[in-house]
Amino acid sequence: MREIGFNQAITEALDAEMARDPSVFIIGEDIGEPWGGSFGQFRGLAEKYGTKRIRDTPISETAILGGAIGAAATGMRPVAAMMFVDFLGVSGDELLNQLQMRYMYGGKIKLPITIIAASGAGASAAAQHSKSLHGWLLNVQGLKVVAPSTPYDAKGLLRSCIRDDNPVVFLTHKLLGGVTGQVPDGDFTVPIGKADIKRQGKDVTVVALALMVHRALSAAQKLQEKGISVEVIDARTVKPLDKQAIFDSVKKTGRLVIMDEEPVTGSWASEVAAAVAEEAFDHLDAPIKRVCAPDTPVPFSPVLERAWMPSEEALIKAVEGVM
Amino acid sequence: MQISNQKLMEMYSIMVRIRLFEERVSKEFAAGNIPGFVHVYLGEEAVATGACANLRTDDYITSTHRGHGHLIAKGGHTDLMMAELFGRKTGYCHGKGGSMHIADTELGILGANGIVGAGIPIAGGAALSAQMRGTDQVVICFLGDGASNRGTFHEAVNMAACWNLPVVYVIENNLYAEKTRITETSRVANLADRATAYGIPDVTVDGNDVIAVYEAVHEAVARARKGGGPTLVECKTYRWHGHFEGDPQTYKPKEEVEAWMKRDPIPAFRRKVVEMGAVTEAIAGQVDREIAEEIENTVKFARESPFPLPEEILQDVFA
Repeated sequence: MREIGFNQAITEALDAEMARDPSVFIIGEDIGEPWGGSFGQFRGLAEKYGTKRIRDTPISETAILGGAIGAAATGMRPVAAMMFVDFLGVSGDELLNQLQMRYMYGGKIKLPITIIAASGAGASAAAQHSKSLHGWLLNVQGLKVVAPSTPYDAKGLLRSCIRDDNPVVFLTHKLLGGVTGQVPDGDFTVPIGKADIKRQGKDVTVVALALMVHRALSAAQKLQEKGISVEVIDARTVKPLDKQAIFDSVKKTGRLVIMDEEPVTGSWASEVAAAVAEEAFDHLDAPIKRVCAPDTPVPFSPVLERAWMPSEEALIKAVEGVM
Repeated sequence: MQISNQKLMEMYSIMVRIRLFEERVSKEFAAGNIPGFVHVYLGEEAVATGACANLRTDDYITSTHRGHGHLIAKGGHTDLMMAELFGRKTGYCHGKGGSMHIADTELGILGANGIVGAGIPIAGGAALSAQMRGTDQVVICFLGDGASNRGTFHEAVNMAACWNLPVVYVIENNLYAEKTRITETSRVANLADRATAYGIPDVTVDGNDVIAVYEAVHEAVARARKGGGPTLVECKTYRWHGHFEGDPQTYKPKEEVEAWMKRDPIPAFRRKVVEMGAVTEAIAGQVDREIAEEIENTVKFARESPFPLPEEILQDVFA
């Protein structure tokens, strides 16, 4: 095991998969030297694999994602680097209508594409560079979506995404770049669609993703001191949701709070709540609570943005509310 | 350039196959046998035929919402196409796609596409794939005059030009994007002039002259295959029917329709090849009869095929 950073984990996963499979290549803006991507997660790869496989593009999101689709349909395994997940809006048709090729064509085409994009607020980047969008992506059929919280999960999941024969969106929260963690040496993967219990508890289940997992863990620590035992489930995959892991936990705790960095209406949190209400209602001892952002775009000023993001304090309050 | 008699014969057959297929589709749609909406290629047969006659089976095409002609020209099976149009299980997409979503990867057909201009970036991706895999495969990207006004056109053509990708863009300028005339939506006389902006060669040809299309695309494909990058080919043609079947077409001047109908690409070509001695009238007549029978059989096949089962909804979402 080694201690590495979140971004380093991403670079290592890309490096390992590119070494393993010559059909893997990365296409996106400013991913080559000297930047290695806006967050540095591609640094060193162009030097190692050449500019043919680390393809710096014009500012052309439509051509990037559309190009990835054409390449994937003809035997390649592209990683489309979209920089910020907000920019998926620029390639909206490719995301919404073209990735559905497999179904429309009766299963004749497979599209092994990984879309990698930075998500999340907290960097004062305002509404066009701060979205999470995973709830929105839930509604794109034929797509899988993952949002890891640790270097271990990031590395293992990214390797699974690249090996998957379907389009997968791999979201990297901007504030996780500096997070470090233990990662095993050698080849390992984390399966798509499998949640992870990040902290065992018996009173309340908290389900979260990405940055929110860290806030939930910190809140759980504080709640422990108040005598409330919180189980923190890191869903890791947005879709397909590991419902069973959540149901199993709710059966044990009888209480569910979902913490999700998205405007509450139509959020992923709503979907988790609906799944539990439909399929595990009998195990609930209290109403389900969602700790989400308000239904507004992400604001710029640090003061406003802090107030917008679901906080540890809000989670503590919600957990205490269901006890 | 010298075109073999066999190639001329082949192009004649394909044009007739497209014509008879589309006439039948129009008829079956009017009779209520085809659900949804369809866009037929009548009048534009020479474009797909002349362009695809330069391709190998392992070359690729991306098509459009008006895609039947492209698919047939690339070797698509008319029975599987008709069954798909009828929404049957035996169709190309098992009834999941319909007219605008037919693909055949074994024939390099990367799909018709219901979104105008969406095939352009996908063609670039396939060309990039060919280049990265070190093959000499070429992609023909069909698009309409309307699609040439989309942002996808600019992004994808520019990127393909920068990377010298083996792709040939064939603009089928049939004068109308849905119901809107191209002269209202573009100030350039020839859409191919836009190639200048990307630093790639261009050529404008009579899209109703299959030999002119064949020759122009021949040069472009040869260049792409040798690593010479993309070309923009504009084929001026005309859409005989409306944007969709049932479109009353009140926006088309009568004289314009009549003038273009006189320029039917098929009889003109037939006269030419007969004069050249490449094909006899008797053989051309025989081809017509054989294809008429083939198309009749496609309808029989489609009609007799079962509909998909409701539980098939859940299939083919993920690989």
